[in-house]
Amino acid sequence: MSNQGKMDCGRRRLIVATAAVGGAGAVAVLVPFVSSLLPSERAKAAGAPVEAEIGKLEAGQMMTVEWRGKPVWIINRTKEMLATLPKLNDQMADPKSEKDMQPAYAQNENRSIKPEYMVVIGICTHLGCSPSSKFKPGADEGMPADWLGGFLCPCHGSTFDFAGRVFKAKPAPTNLEVPPHVYLSDTRILIGEDKKGA
Amino acid sequence: MAAGKVEKYKSDGSLGGNALEWVNARFPATSLWKEHLSEYYAPKNFNFWYFFGSLALLVLVIQIVTGIFLVMHYKPDAALNANGVPVAFASVEYIMRDVPGGWLIRYMHSTGASAFFIVVYLHMFRGLLYGSYRKPRELTWLFGVGIFLVLMGEAFFGYLLPWGQMSFWGAQVIVNLFSALPLIGPDLSLIIRGDYVVGDATLNRFFSFHVIAFPLVLLGLVAAHILALHETGSNNPDGIEIKANKDANGIPRDGIPFHPYYTVKDIVGVVVFLMVFSAVLFFAPEGGGYFLEYNNFYPADPLKTPPHIAPVWYFTPYYSILRAMVWNFFGLDAKFWGVVAMGASVVIFAFLPWLDRSPVKSIRYRGPIFKTLLTLFVICFFILGYLGTQPPSPMGELVSQICTLFYFGFFLGMPWWSRMDKFKPVPERVTMK
Amino acid sequence: MKKFLMALLFAPLAALASGGAHLDRWPGGVGDEAALQNGAKLFVNYCLNCHGASHLRYNKLTEIGLTEQQVKDYLMFTSDKIGDQMTVAARSDEQKQWFGAAPPDLTVISRARASEMGSGADWLYTYLRSFYRDEKRPTGWNNVVFENVGMPHVLWQLQGIQVMNPETHKLGLAVPGNSLRPSTTRRFPIWLPSWSGWQSRTSCTASVLAGSFLLSWLCSSCWPMH
Repeated sequence: MSNQGKMDCGRRRLIVATAAVGGAGAVAVLVPFVSSLLPSERAKAAGAPVEAEIGKLEAGQMMTVEWRGKPVWIINRTKEMLATLPKLNDQMADPKSEKDMQPAYAQNENRSIKPEYMVVIGICTHLGCSPSSKFKPGADEGMPADWLGGFLCPCHGSTFDFAGRVFKAKPAPTNLEVPPHVYLSDTRILIGEDKKGA
Repeated sequence: MAAGKVEKYKSDGSLGGNALEWVNARFPATSLWKEHLSEYYAPKNFNFWYFFGSLALLVLVIQIVTGIFLVMHYKPDAALNANGVPVAFASVEYIMRDVPGGWLIRYMHSTGASAFFIVVYLHMFRGLLYGSYRKPRELTWLFGVGIFLVLMGEAFFGYLLPWGQMSFWGAQVIVNLFSALPLIGPDLSLIIRGDYVVGDATLNRFFSFHVIAFPLVLLGLVAAHILALHETGSNNPDGIEIKANKDANGIPRDGIPFHPYYTVKDIVGVVVFLMVFSAVLFFAPEGGGYFLEYNNFYPADPLKTPPHIAPVWYFTPYYSILRAMVWNFFGLDAKFWGVVAMGASVVIFAFLPWLDRSPVKSIRYRGPIFKTLLTLFVICFFILGYLGTQPPSPMGELVSQICTLFYFGFFLGMPWWSRMDKFKPVPERVTMK
Repeated sequence: MKKFLMALLFAPLAALASGGAHLDRWPGGVGDEAALQNGAKLFVNYCLNCHGASHLRYNKLTEIGLTEQQVKDYLMFTSDKIGDQMTVAARSDEQKQWFGAAPPDLTVISRARASEMGSGADWLYTYLRSFYRDEKRPTGWNNVVFENVGMPHVLWQLQGIQVMNPETHKLGLAVPGNSLRPSTTRRFPIWLPSWSGWQSRTSCTASVLAGSFLLSWLCSSCWPMH
């Protein structure tokens, strides 16, 4: 009887040891499979900076360039558009852009290097849709009557002003992201990098 | 009923008999046939609600067969061809136009997807009506919930493949949902996408999941669902256990062999189903924009979201629940709670066997509380589904919040309200209404 | 009468800036072969210079009542093989360099433009009649249902030039269209959607035929079950 108990004990130890080794092996095998799901070297390399020519962009107009598969908007803001920004401060979730959604050089009241040119990634910080431009103030474009102009995300209704700042009590948690960018000349912007020629 | 009890088949000396004996000595063909068809005793009082199980199996076969043929021509490639159209999008149009009969196979597959959900929703509703999830069929129900979850994944992965605008932005939104999970979220969505944006890598892995991984799991779960059902025996509209009343041979007095009685009866269901299915398939394959969304005839454009995006109809109730959550709780933002609520609204079905405390199973012997609440639940489900197809609006948000509240209240309150009802006495034997 | 027709066709649309809250009903009929052929001709002459219909092959055009020879003689400018796809001569990446954005392929545009507000044909019918002069646009043209459209009004010689009344926001004809071809002038907004709808679903006839056959077979198989 006691002999049998010992045998069981020994066998159990063996089973536990086998299971532990086998389990560790299974986890080790899992690693290459899971890591194969991560972005490949090709995907990582695809993030090259892009140049945009903004000389022909008229005041009040917006252009879109593709950077890393995402839309980057460049908006040539008029004085009227810029004037709406301070008025909206108390309706904004993050009026002073304190959250890390922009490079330090764009952490100012216009969220831009030059006041008129807004450079921002046109992807809603909620679930990644691209907001539509609703530049006309008032109810003309299906917005509320006190609308001053900005963007509306078609997916879940988040609204943003002309600096890409999100309104309070909307699904999007943060302001739109300002990508790293630098002026190569007065009419050319490099998006995706901060330093010239780097 | 277990396989061991079935006597080994003895040949009658004919050629066919000899062949069958040869097979049976090596594989339990006859005993499987008897156990699951000719000597599987199903209650004799099944009504039309019991068509939808076999119909779901039929649609599964349709999807697998059409899928096999579509894979022969489809190319999961997001790159633009010389004409500026993504290769994947162009390959679907190639199937629709250049492959002989390809349009029919493709429409069967796209209509089949919606048909699958219609049939499965009706099948699940049958379970609610007659308490089919109750003891002893909890595992059958759980495997069924598993099938439903896998089916949703299958539909979601498959919807990306045509690489239209709705495919792209739908995937973008759903994958980004996962980034709402604390800590692991952003990495998890990166692992799902395989890139920093939805792109070629995403398309290729979704293709792999859609045609290999999920169908395999689905088939396994379907087998488990049926095996579990045949272990306990089927429920019926009276919610009575027919095995409690057996004759001298051990055969339930209220049971009839599934084959030929129900195999033949199911043919009626199949014919009616095929009529509806082919009416949609041949005359309105877009299903009014619900089965094939109009915006999906634009090739995917990562720079522009369509002004109005909505998931396909079968996801809209859960999508509404997602959108209804606009509050931040416990320092976590609304996005996270939206995901939690959406996930919970599906998974909560799995708890039904333990939430329902009513002394009777079938709606026939339950009282007004159950009937009223179930009706309201169905109405809420439809309202949520409708609102999910609509653009966000303040009114819609409020209504969807009320419906979401009721949706969860229905389940979470069930342990209490299910006991309070007025119940009718349950008969000894099944009734043929 | 003619004036009335013109007014009806190019009728000032409910010009709503939000991008077409109202669409006019396309008055054409599905399966009108003459309209389809005229639409194909207009498409090949005016649209196919920039927009491809690359999922469609020329030989499919025999299904709208043309012979292969007719297709070759009157409709094939960019290729010489009847089995070729209806593509644009220029590559789309080149076009992107020239125009800033590649003009989209139009094979299935009619299906894509359908919405709760109307069919794809309704949208195209309205769109084709909604171009107006707008000096603020680089092309000099704008469109009521497709605001800031990238394309100039290619068919302006047929239609004439419309301008928008700044107060009523309604369109009016400032310069009449080509008076030598009054019937084309009147009907091109009907013909093109007709063609566009057909090319977006080429399996329609086969589908209806096969569906009717199958449904009647299923129905007849029901009788013994009674």
